[in-house]
Amino acid sequence: MTIGVIKVARPREMSFPESLYLLEIVKGLGVTMGHLLSNIVRQEGIKTIEYPEVRRPMPPRFRGKHRLMKRENGAPRCVACYCCSTACPAKCITIVAGESPDPAVEKYPVRFDIDMLRCVFCGMCVEACPCDAIRMDTGWFTPPDDTREKLIFTIDTLLEK
Amino acid sequence: MTGPLFDIAVTVARIAVFFAFCFGLVVVMTWVERKGAAYIQDRRGPNRADIFGIRAWGLFHPLADALKFLFKEDFIPDNAHRLFYQMAPMFSLAPAILGIAIIPFGPDVTVMGRTIALQIADLNVGILYLFAVSGMTVYGVVLAGWASGSKYPLLGGLRSSAQMLSYEVSMGLSLIGIFMVFESVRMSQIVAGQGGLLFGVLPKWGVFVQPLGFILFLVAQYAEANRTPFDLPEGESELVAGYHTEYASFKFSMFMMAEYLHMVVGAAVVATLFFGGWQFPYLGDAGFLFPGGFAVAVPPALVLLLRIGSFVAKVLFFAWLYVWVRWTIPRFRYDQVMRLGWKVMLPLSLLNIFATGLILLLLNR
Amino acid sequence: METVLFILFGAIAVCGAVMVVTRKHPMASALYLILTLFAVAALFVLRQAHFLAAIQVIIYAGAVVVLFVFVIMLINVPEDRLPVERATTIRVLGVLAAGFFILESAVLARRYVMPKGPAAEVGTVEAVGRALFTDYLLAFEITSVLLLAAVIGAIALAKRKI
Repeated sequence: MTIGVIKVARPREMSFPESLYLLEIVKGLGVTMGHLLSNIVRQEGIKTIEYPEVRRPMPPRFRGKHRLMKRENGAPRCVACYCCSTACPAKCITIVAGESPDPAVEKYPVRFDIDMLRCVFCGMCVEACPCDAIRMDTGWFTPPDDTREKLIFTIDTLLEK
Repeated sequence: MTGPLFDIAVTVARIAVFFAFCFGLVVVMTWVERKGAAYIQDRRGPNRADIFGIRAWGLFHPLADALKFLFKEDFIPDNAHRLFYQMAPMFSLAPAILGIAIIPFGPDVTVMGRTIALQIADLNVGILYLFAVSGMTVYGVVLAGWASGSKYPLLGGLRSSAQMLSYEVSMGLSLIGIFMVFESVRMSQIVAGQGGLLFGVLPKWGVFVQPLGFILFLVAQYAEANRTPFDLPEGESELVAGYHTEYASFKFSMFMMAEYLHMVVGAAVVATLFFGGWQFPYLGDAGFLFPGGFAVAVPPALVLLLRIGSFVAKVLFFAWLYVWVRWTIPRFRYDQVMRLGWKVMLPLSLLNIFATGLILLLLNR
Repeated sequence: METVLFILFGAIAVCGAVMVVTRKHPMASALYLILTLFAVAALFVLRQAHFLAAIQVIIYAGAVVVLFVFVIMLINVPEDRLPVERATTIRVLGVLAAGFFILESAVLARRYVMPKGPAAEVGTVEAVGRALFTDYLLAFEITSVLLLAAVIGAIALAKRKI
């Protein structure tokens, strides 16, 4: 096997007016001024998304913030089986189970906290859930907040979404 | 008002007005830089700071910046030399402020039977004063780099002092042609000399008399002000932020102010020396006099207004040019800067002096 | 007014010069040297020698001391390793001699009469330029040749292979 030699195009020699740079600088200034003027005249041509007001539409399979599903009667669909917290590689789900008042259901989560600061958004909890009680289809990532406590989502906030 | 009192009042008023103009322009330039950079790069730029919901295209951002700088922690690194570390921003800002003193903002004005020059000090040494003052800027940078007690600022300080010393030479030599043509170093006389016509058509501005000198001076000035493409001293890609890496809060804002004040004063100097200062093309004391012999009478008050307006417009243009060039041209490599300074600029400025002398000799024979 | 300013700037210049010699830290010495140079420039301005003042600041404060500072920066001796100056016999004698010299010049200065009025037309740009290119043309040209020789010599020393 021979070692392949790749021919790389060398930068061509500059012509004399180019090597003076001055004309080229003026040309460059023309380009930047063109961008400036066209962006001032047509503001909608600017690609920047003004984030809090305008949001980028997320692709349908984007794994975002979690939400807990509800039954028809409004109770959480979760049966506190600990499958999600076991599957979680970041150990960010804390569940405390309690006896369900509904005789058809054995257990329900008294507490269901997700520490969003530790979550790695891998989707394992969704995969593990036997009852389709947890989903990550809110289409949005965790918004910033000013304390750590506010970023531990409790069952109430998770059910709301 | 009595004589001396009137003089003092006039002096104080002049200083106050010109300072206010320059510092106001500094504030506006920070906004222009950010907004201009954004639009050139297809972004939106600052537009969030608001007062009672009025956003005004981000015009309040400089105000927000100033407040932020004022209230940030004034931090001194452990390794820094305390006294010199604190002196460096002052060394940087003071020369920039001093430069305002010799800029003629307009023609002489007669108020209450007295002639008042719209210039803080019309020195006999004129532009040499500016060189003396701008030579002091190096200390701010060097001291900041050394006193921070950290590697990157030290490298930035070394680079910038070498660069400033190199370009100071060609900056001084590029202006000699102007001195020869207008036969003075006094700012007011250089401006007055640019009122005539060249070949009966062009205004006798420095840029038409000394095109090479103009280009050399402009380039040297960008290098002196440490602006792109000569902003090696703070090249972020290799030196974090160069000589002001270790600075924060108000001291950092003093460096920033010095940089923008340099831009404003530099723009005013270029406008004065090469673009006729306050001279409006074809405008005499009595009115317009176009080359074809066509004349329009203009009242004196309007003449004054037009002249000051033309100066302000020129300053604004050259201040904008700093921003425009910054977002167009990438940074040079350090050896390229030095090669340009010593092997291109210096011989060209010497050639310029020689050619100017030759032409003047042949014309005056 | 002029006398007050003269005494003020003269005092600054002398104090600065003393500080240059006595400061322990070389950077402090360099900065005091700038102060002294500025004070001397101010004295030039008081005698209407604007050109001299400007050149003083450009050349000495703007270029020469920058090189000093440059060297101080590059060598960058830590503060605890700065040399300790001890009072040796020769130094004490030097200070005594300096004091004697100052005393002597003070005595001589009493005989000197200050020229009245501003020394205009001597220190201005035009006057200096005219003097350089008429009366002192030969000296001026020889100096420039000397400087050229110095430049070439410096390059030859610094660069072995040309």
